[in-house]
Amino acid sequence: MGEFAAFTILSLLILIPAVVVVTSKNIVRSALSLVPTLLGVTGFYVLLQAEFVAGIQVLIYAGAITVLLLFVIMLTEGGAGLQVRQVNEQIPLGVTAAVWLAFLLLLVFSRTTWPVAQRGNPPAYSALAIGNAFMTDYVLVFEVTSLVLLVSLVGAIIIARREE
Amino acid sequence: MSTFVEILKAIGLAVLVFTFLAVVGAMFGVYMERKISGWIQARLGPKHVGPQGLLQTIADTVKLLQKEHITPRRADALIFNSAPIIVAVAGLLDWVVIPFGQVGNRFLVVRDINIGVVYFAAMASLTVIGILAGGWASNNKYALLGGLRAASQMISYEIPLALGILWAAMIAGSLSTVSLVEAQRGGWFIFKVPPLGLLAALTFLVAATAEVNRVPFDLPEAESELVAGYFAEYTGMRFALFQLGEYAEMFAFAALFSVLFLGGWDEPSLSRQWAWVWLVLGAGSLALVALIQFRLRHVLLVRPIFILAVMAAGLSLILFFGVMAGRAQVLPSIVWFFVKMFTLVFFLMWMRWTYPRLRLDQLLSLSWKVLLPLGLLNLLITAFIITVAR
Amino acid sequence: MQVGLGHYLVISTLLFCLGLYGVLTRRNAVAILMGIELMLNAGNINLVAFNRYVAPATVSGHVFALVVITLAACEAAIGLALVMSAYRSLETIHVDEINVMKW
Repeated sequence: MGEFAAFTILSLLILIPAVVVVTSKNIVRSALSLVPTLLGVTGFYVLLQAEFVAGIQVLIYAGAITVLLLFVIMLTEGGAGLQVRQVNEQIPLGVTAAVWLAFLLLLVFSRTTWPVAQRGNPPAYSALAIGNAFMTDYVLVFEVTSLVLLVSLVGAIIIARREE
Repeated sequence: MSTFVEILKAIGLAVLVFTFLAVVGAMFGVYMERKISGWIQARLGPKHVGPQGLLQTIADTVKLLQKEHITPRRADALIFNSAPIIVAVAGLLDWVVIPFGQVGNRFLVVRDINIGVVYFAAMASLTVIGILAGGWASNNKYALLGGLRAASQMISYEIPLALGILWAAMIAGSLSTVSLVEAQRGGWFIFKVPPLGLLAALTFLVAATAEVNRVPFDLPEAESELVAGYFAEYTGMRFALFQLGEYAEMFAFAALFSVLFLGGWDEPSLSRQWAWVWLVLGAGSLALVALIQFRLRHVLLVRPIFILAVMAAGLSLILFFGVMAGRAQVLPSIVWFFVKMFTLVFFLMWMRWTYPRLRLDQLLSLSWKVLLPLGLLNLLITAFIITVAR
Repeated sequence: MQVGLGHYLVISTLLFCLGLYGVLTRRNAVAILMGIELMLNAGNINLVAFNRYVAPATVSGHVFALVVITLAACEAAIGLALVMSAYRSLETIHVDEINVMKW
């Protein structure tokens, strides 16, 4: 019961600000609305006992990516962006695509029987288990990700710096 | 029913911790800051309200409570009003994982979660959103500049901060704050793998100072350039909330530093044959006290040294007699937690009133070109050493 | 009432479609990035939820959620660098005005 109440509250916390993110005329408001959405997703992770992922989610998404987005908004448009039209002429197309996709996905979900494992007490997912998985089964994934991280770091610096 | 009790317990604890923080963190912190700045600048500091000006901050808070809330014209009112709350709440949420001490087998911590230090870093990183939002919503160019400076600075220094935290977590083999302290029984991490422990502690301390926007890294609120930076337009209680968040965060970082590197609530224990060290320290401090009391009484500048020496003498002598009396734990653990935390807070305040401010480019290159490589190398070498030693 | 896998899937679907709508209708490049972040988050909810309900003994879902978060950070950094660079040379970050290659 408590879990369901928490789930409902978190769902509202995710979806209502998400609507603001995609529809608000004020770009700074939509960037700031991203924060409750991301925190709601963090709440989902906590409900799903994925505490480490939750911590990393807040640290990277809410703490870094949102700030980066806000930073770039302020460096480019800032307060001047309020008078500018923020949406293009594709609204009917966008609505159609989004609604159809939602409809199709929900249809598929309702028709599929998932191989849900027996509910019991799930093991406590520790950071240790995740670290072990990264270093054994998923070591290639880990290495490639770190390579991508390095390349994107160098790439971002080269793209963003001023040419002399 | 049990859920209900849980929720009540959580609310009770939250109220307790937050009240404690508002009183100790913000009010006493501000008083301490003003006194220390007074001493360092050869002034007296607050003196008139209450004994030695102790009630000055309470009077200030009452004054702030009565002030009008001003929202600047053309400011984004919703964001403007919620920004201080974000900063204050993020500063207070840090405290959930800070362990205050140990009574019997119970740990005095709101919640010992198994990703404690990651949680702490995550909550600390939320502050910058409030700062940036407040800076933007004020519709003031100085506030916006302060917010942008804060954003670039805090994003940059989060990485060395995380590296310092990782170093301690790696040595302890755990992310929970309580087990971090437990792992330091018999050897604080600052002395582990010398001198790498000290290096990691310094990296963390520099990054933490930058993260709480204090001198020499206080560019976001540089008075002489930006009026007050991101909170230039705030009045009354909203201004006070920014201050509360800032002080709560500073105290939280001091507490985390002591948890990570100085053994948290752990008592610095010396065995019987080394107890004379305490006696020497105590006697030295007493000599200093006597010197100041009888020869340098008229010099205002030595007053903080006098008070510190009195405290050091008292502490060392208590420890000496405690060890001689054969007690395993001389003082309760919570006392040690506060001694360490306030020592660090004092250190931060001392730095604030001593050093000039860095330039923005110096600040960023310190983070990216010095602290980041240093932290990474330190992590690598330490990992190598502890793997080989195992 | 128990929270099942289906509940999480419904919420993540809605979040994904909101993100898609944002990506399709926004002019501002940063807002498009925000839409992409929403979609990535929806994917992450699915990864962790499937891990919890279908294969609770492993941590594969967590591992891939962490990889996705890392890649989202990379993507944001690169994307925003591109936005900055475009703003510097064209003085706009509206994707329908960045059309110097269109003839």
